[in-house]
Amino acid sequence: MMETILEIRQLKKTYPDGTEALKNINLSIKRGEFIVIIGPSGAGKSTFLRSINRLSEPTSGEIIFHGEDIVKANRAKLRKMRRNIGMIFQGFNLVKRLPTVRNVLHGKLGYMSTWKGALGLFNQEEVEEALSILERVGLEDQAFKRADELSGGQQQRVAIARAINQSPSIILADEPIASLDPNSSRVVMDYLQKACQEEGFTTIVNLHQVDFAKEYADRIVGIKNGEIYFDGPVKELSDDVIQSIYAKGKEAMPV
Amino acid sequence: MIKNKETYRQQKKVQNSIFTFLAFAFFIFSMLQLNIVPERIVRSIERLGYIFGNMFPPVTNEPVSLFTAAIESIQVAILGTILGVIISLFLAVLAAKNLTISPYLGYAIKGFAGFVRAVPALIWALLFIVAVGLGPTPGILALAINSIGMLVKVYGEALEEIDMGIVEALESAGASKVQVILQGVFPSVMKAFTAWSLFRLDVNIRYSAILGVVGAGGIGWELMKAAQMSRYDEALMVTIVIFGMVMSAEVLSEYMKKRANAASAQALN
Repeated sequence: MMETILEIRQLKKTYPDGTEALKNINLSIKRGEFIVIIGPSGAGKSTFLRSINRLSEPTSGEIIFHGEDIVKANRAKLRKMRRNIGMIFQGFNLVKRLPTVRNVLHGKLGYMSTWKGALGLFNQEEVEEALSILERVGLEDQAFKRADELSGGQQQRVAIARAINQSPSIILADEPIASLDPNSSRVVMDYLQKACQEEGFTTIVNLHQVDFAKEYADRIVGIKNGEIYFDGPVKELSDDVIQSIYAKGKEAMPV
Repeated sequence: MIKNKETYRQQKKVQNSIFTFLAFAFFIFSMLQLNIVPERIVRSIERLGYIFGNMFPPVTNEPVSLFTAAIESIQVAILGTILGVIISLFLAVLAAKNLTISPYLGYAIKGFAGFVRAVPALIWALLFIVAVGLGPTPGILALAINSIGMLVKVYGEALEEIDMGIVEALESAGASKVQVILQGVFPSVMKAFTAWSLFRLDVNIRYSAILGVVGAGGIGWELMKAAQMSRYDEALMVTIVIFGMVMSAEVLSEYMKKRANAASAQALN
């Protein structure tokens, strides 16, 4: 039995307007798992993922990561914990006007002193490491191009490289392929999977493409109306379950 | 329906003629009140002719001091701009509502910038002359503070338009606030910041020529001296030098803008 790396207990998120985005999420994640979260848009997938590193502040609950509660951490503590959580976004979120390699180097900011990092004083070693990570995502030729000269799929691979450079133990990917064509989607997912296998990252990916989810996941979590609706290995995800996850309204069908 | 339209049109017509009449009445009233009567205008044309006659050919008795004064004006403009840019960068980050640490502080800074902007550079120069005495220092301070009024506003607007995804991405990597701003936010708005700063330098060079008139250093003082001594030929020479200064500033800032654009275009290829 693998050790539990992330334990989420009674996680709730209510927006100021009263919308209950997350009602009561309990989830236990083991080291090295590749989890894909599926569910209709507006179900709370994104809020859930963003709650884990508190880009979206949870209303209540516990998120135990490496034995410590992220929800209770103060700013300085949170910064330290975030270094261990890489995040990949739908919109890539690179600094478009900076060279690719600089964007990868940004993964190291959390480990640097504030001013060294702010002024971008990366040393030779750090630059070489960033270049070698770019090589691993197949972008060594693009290292000194500006990020916005790259295609969408390439930009997402740079974002993966940035996350790898954080040397995290978990990677969160929020709809990483939603704005990519099928071809680059596959390439990005392959690189993400490869990186996670090689480095032993635990990975949580939000996807709305069920076929991709089935192909890459070890375990699938279905979220509907802010609650976990399905949680199990890919082979247990029947077409009926998929249909009821994506069905409108609330049919009673507990896990 | 049609009838309504007709009456509306008539009303509009009446309104317009009332406004035209009022504007005309105000014009006449102002002329009389300010004692601008035709004979005075005619007389001033005579005087203008005399002044123009004495302007040519333009001369200068002290080419060295004129040259130093021109250089001093440019120095005042450059230092004032640099000081203004540096302070504005700090203030704009605190003023932008997506980056500020407190919205109230943001409003306070925007209010301050609005006030500073509303007071003309010349008034600031007079205030600073009282505070620090004559010379280039009050000129530099006046231009700096006047620049802050404008730059905080335009920098702040540029900052408020950035893609917050960049901020989220760097924060989620454990970057601190200062790191996020210097590594993520500033590179994203550098183009807008450079363009506005160059524009402001251009404006400040124009202002710096004027500031000397009140004693805040630079070439304006030379113009003042020549005019007070009725040396119109010297005044013209100073004016020509100011014209040259302003023109070359404009050409230079155009060139730098083009170069900045060319650099980014080159990076795109």
